[in-house]
Amino acid sequence: MKTDNKTQTSKLDPYAGERLKRSHFHPRQAELNLRDAWSSWNGYKFADYYYDEEYEYFCIRNSCATYDICPMQKYRISGADAHFMLNRMVTRDLNKLKEDRVTYVCWCTDQGRLIDDGTIFKLGSESFMLTCGSPSLAWLRKSALGFERLEITDLSDDLAALSFQGPTTCEVLKKMGLEGIQNLKPFNIMYFDIGGSSHKPLMVSRTGFTGDLGYELWIAPQLALTLWDELYAAGDDYGIQPYGEAATNMARLEAGFIMPGMEFNEALKTVNYQYDQTPFELNLDWLVDFNKPHFNGRSALLEERDRGPKYRLVKLDIAGNKPADESALYADQKCSVEIGYVTSAMWSPVVKANIALAMIDSDYIDGSIWAEIYYGKELRHHSKVVRCVLQNAPFWAPDRARLTPPPAF
Amino acid sequence: MKKYDAIIVGAGHNGLTNAAYLAKAQLDVLVVEKNDYIGGAAVTREIHDGWFYSSCSYVCSMMRQSIHRDLNLTRHGLVLVPYLGTVVFGDHGDTMVSYHSEEAEYNQLRRRSPHDADAMFRFQTDLARYARLIRKTLLRTPPDPTSFRPRDIKELLWLAKQFWSLGETELYEYIRFFTMSAADFLDDYFEDDLIKAAMASPGVIGTALGVYSPGSAYILLHHVMGDVDGNIGAWGLARGGMGAISNAIAGAVQEHGGEIRTNAGVDKILVKNNQAVGIVLDSGEEIYGGIVVSNMDAKRTFTQCMDRADLPPGIYEKAVNFKIRGSSGKVNIALSGLPTFTGVADNRYINRGGQGFVGSMETMERAYDCWKHGRWSDDPFIESVIPSAWDPTVAPPGQHWMSNFVQYCPSQLADGPWTAEKRDAFGLTVVDKIERYSPGFKDLIVHMEVRTPFEIEAEVGLTEGNIFQGELTIDQLLFNRPFPGYAQYRMPVKNLYMCGSSTHPGGGVSSACGANAAREILIDLRRPNTVPEDDFGDE
Ligand SMILES: Cc1cc2nc3c(=O)[nH]c(=O)nc-3n(C[C@H](O)[C@H](O)[C@H](O)COP(=O)(O)OP(=O)(O)OC[C@H]3O[C@@H](n4cnc5c(N)ncnc54)[C@H](O)[C@@H]3O)c2cc1C
Repeated sequence: MKTDNKTQTSKLDPYAGERLKRSHFHPRQAELNLRDAWSSWNGYKFADYYYDEEYEYFCIRNSCATYDICPMQKYRISGADAHFMLNRMVTRDLNKLKEDRVTYVCWCTDQGRLIDDGTIFKLGSESFMLTCGSPSLAWLRKSALGFERLEITDLSDDLAALSFQGPTTCEVLKKMGLEGIQNLKPFNIMYFDIGGSSHKPLMVSRTGFTGDLGYELWIAPQLALTLWDELYAAGDDYGIQPYGEAATNMARLEAGFIMPGMEFNEALKTVNYQYDQTPFELNLDWLVDFNKPHFNGRSALLEERDRGPKYRLVKLDIAGNKPADESALYADQKCSVEIGYVTSAMWSPVVKANIALAMIDSDYIDGSIWAEIYYGKELRHHSKVVRCVLQNAPFWAPDRARLTPPPAF
Repeated sequence: MKKYDAIIVGAGHNGLTNAAYLAKAQLDVLVVEKNDYIGGAAVTREIHDGWFYSSCSYVCSMMRQSIHRDLNLTRHGLVLVPYLGTVVFGDHGDTMVSYHSEEAEYNQLRRRSPHDADAMFRFQTDLARYARLIRKTLLRTPPDPTSFRPRDIKELLWLAKQFWSLGETELYEYIRFFTMSAADFLDDYFEDDLIKAAMASPGVIGTALGVYSPGSAYILLHHVMGDVDGNIGAWGLARGGMGAISNAIAGAVQEHGGEIRTNAGVDKILVKNNQAVGIVLDSGEEIYGGIVVSNMDAKRTFTQCMDRADLPPGIYEKAVNFKIRGSSGKVNIALSGLPTFTGVADNRYINRGGQGFVGSMETMERAYDCWKHGRWSDDPFIESVIPSAWDPTVAPPGQHWMSNFVQYCPSQLADGPWTAEKRDAFGLTVVDKIERYSPGFKDLIVHMEVRTPFEIEAEVGLTEGNIFQGELTIDQLLFNRPFPGYAQYRMPVKNLYMCGSSTHPGGGVSSACGANAAREILIDLRRPNTVPEDDFGDE
């Protein structure tokens, strides 16, 4: 586009420094963003939604949809010490991570407070990729102190990535010619050719943030649009659609996944004492492995485990249909004993339930839970107090997300 | 011999809903269904290899969310997906699309008529207000206005309060609404004929009325009162077709220990000493039950499946006179590709949703004239949707199926009974009309299922093929449905109940009739209520 060139040349555009970066998929995404609904993520121009958030959400649940993860932070950590360094940084035991596998991890301060969560890809015996929501280079460097034989490379701007989620995704990738994709198991990685290549430049992992069947596609920036075009050509008969932040947030909440700025406040950005969280508070006990000798925050977390966390993240099924956004939670209908707060809430279109994630004082977790919900109606404010029921399983966890090969659709 | 607590006759979605709630209350429940598949008019059938038609009903918005949630229908496989976009086709190549964004929609209406673009806000607001009132009554048993029982009086007062909450002027408007024609109602808002025709079309769907007939305004409301996740008036598709709804409810029946038998048509409902005691199947097998619940329409229940001698005086006559005229056909078409329409942009959000071949107010009225004269319309109003454009599970990838609901098609033709030839000729009329708007359409056809009221009656058992199990006119609504004095799901014979669309709140895939009937039954059997009291759409 002509105007694009213009605005990107700083000589002609006095505001160039203020403008957001453009993702490697921007030319295609901009064309489909009929509502001009842009926000930003890590300096990138980023879609809130393209057409309609609920429509895009349903593409994730009913057909297939792509989510731009170019703005996500990606780091390559390689070298003889890479494994040891990462294993000391994160709470999970990476000794169990095999090559061409991905694992979900989190990492903490020495005080055992959560810094961020993300995924680690084991690309080779001495080569890893860490992905996460917020820039983490400084923390990685800090964590690498004392490890000589490793190199940390920030790939964030140099690797294009698309999350491709929904029940028809495997069929679309098959149609695109990714032979054997149906055998890719959850959290596994495979490589494919694309656009006539012969060195398999396309990395596919069976990962995602929607709780549904889905993949993440990783490729060099110069091939990004080729990937897009091939994917969209193959997906045309399968209801392919880009989705933005809004639909992601719906899907991840149904799947019970946590989000920074919602369920947790990143420890390195928390001013108030203990306004950040521990993995135990966030129900991430299964990510903390005390069998390995040393890792960041180990002793603080041991203490926390033995003492029991003060708060617990819970899933709630809430009466009525008014989302409990920012509600306070109480142990009684009279709202005299406050026991926690809602972190994310929505009406779940697929489950037909009023769902939420919430932090609850551990002492009250087995008692009755009431939410005070505020909602507006034609300029007037209303509130009501309704009963909440604790839910153990994720609200949405279809079999297809786990099965290999996944069922068609 | 085994005796069930309750036998439900018919595995339509209402019969199944009723069974699910009775089973949930620990009753020993049997559902018997004449067909070898369940679902009645909420059904998916693979008539042609690889294509799954929603043979009868095709879109969903009345389904009560509280029931969906309460019976865990999602866990039993039900996913409702809203679909977007409708293109309305007028006479002489005029087209109008419906945009999802309010601003885009406003801009387009303005291009047709700035007046109507503004009036649309008032129209939608009024409709929302009326619809909310009706919606509130869906999951409630209508009061008997002649009774002095505390419960009836309380319910009447509740109803009065809801009506009064409209305010005096609106109340009068609302009462008028029940007897008005869609055309009169719309004249108060719009000047553009195609806008009127588009808005009027829901007023005649499934109904033996024309857009100018008194009563059609209410039908319009009946069709827009539903919602999908709070989006009032939106329609959704059941993933896997409408049968997914019935199958999910059947899953709930089984979860609670209920039993479903297909290929078990009921010949007679057994009555002894003025009490229903069981059923006789077509095979002659007798099955006994504490109560019998009919999911069949009122006319079929009383005139086909009961001995006249078993009924109190007057009931048989009431059933014979029950208005249940068939007026609609359905043509399900498998297509080798997505059809394109003249004058419609290749906008995937709108050209893959629904199509309304409305023509004009005049054209719709002419179509009704044909019905009155015992002919199918030669230029019919067709409401279409292409479910496969939204639902990847109902046709092979890249191929499609199109659901065409046709108004009008009589159950009795002036020139003698329906035959296979006439049925096919009716199908051809429909295809010819679509071809006019979509050149090349016929070349895409892989398979066609043509259903006149005759087939609908034969398969689903809807008398005369009336899609609502009885017309939705004021004399057959609320406490008049199916008959005055019998609107509380209890029938004139003791231990006999009705739970199908012949009862309040009437036709459509809502599960409300079946749920309401279960609530009344549980009261009679002194069991704790298992049925949601209310929907929660309108707080
Ligand atoms: C062509 C068509 C299109 C429609 N479109 C829509 C739509 O898009 N959206 C919508 O919401 N609604 C629509 N409707 C209306 C809706 O489908 C019906 O109102 C609803 O499905 C009725 O459900 P029910 O359970 O009350 O009765 P039914 O579905 O009629 O169930 C009655 C059951 O009883 C069985 N039965 C009958 N006689 C016997 C017997 N003697 N012994 C045993 N079993 C028997 C039948 O086989 C059937 O399974 C449509 C209906 C038709 C016919």
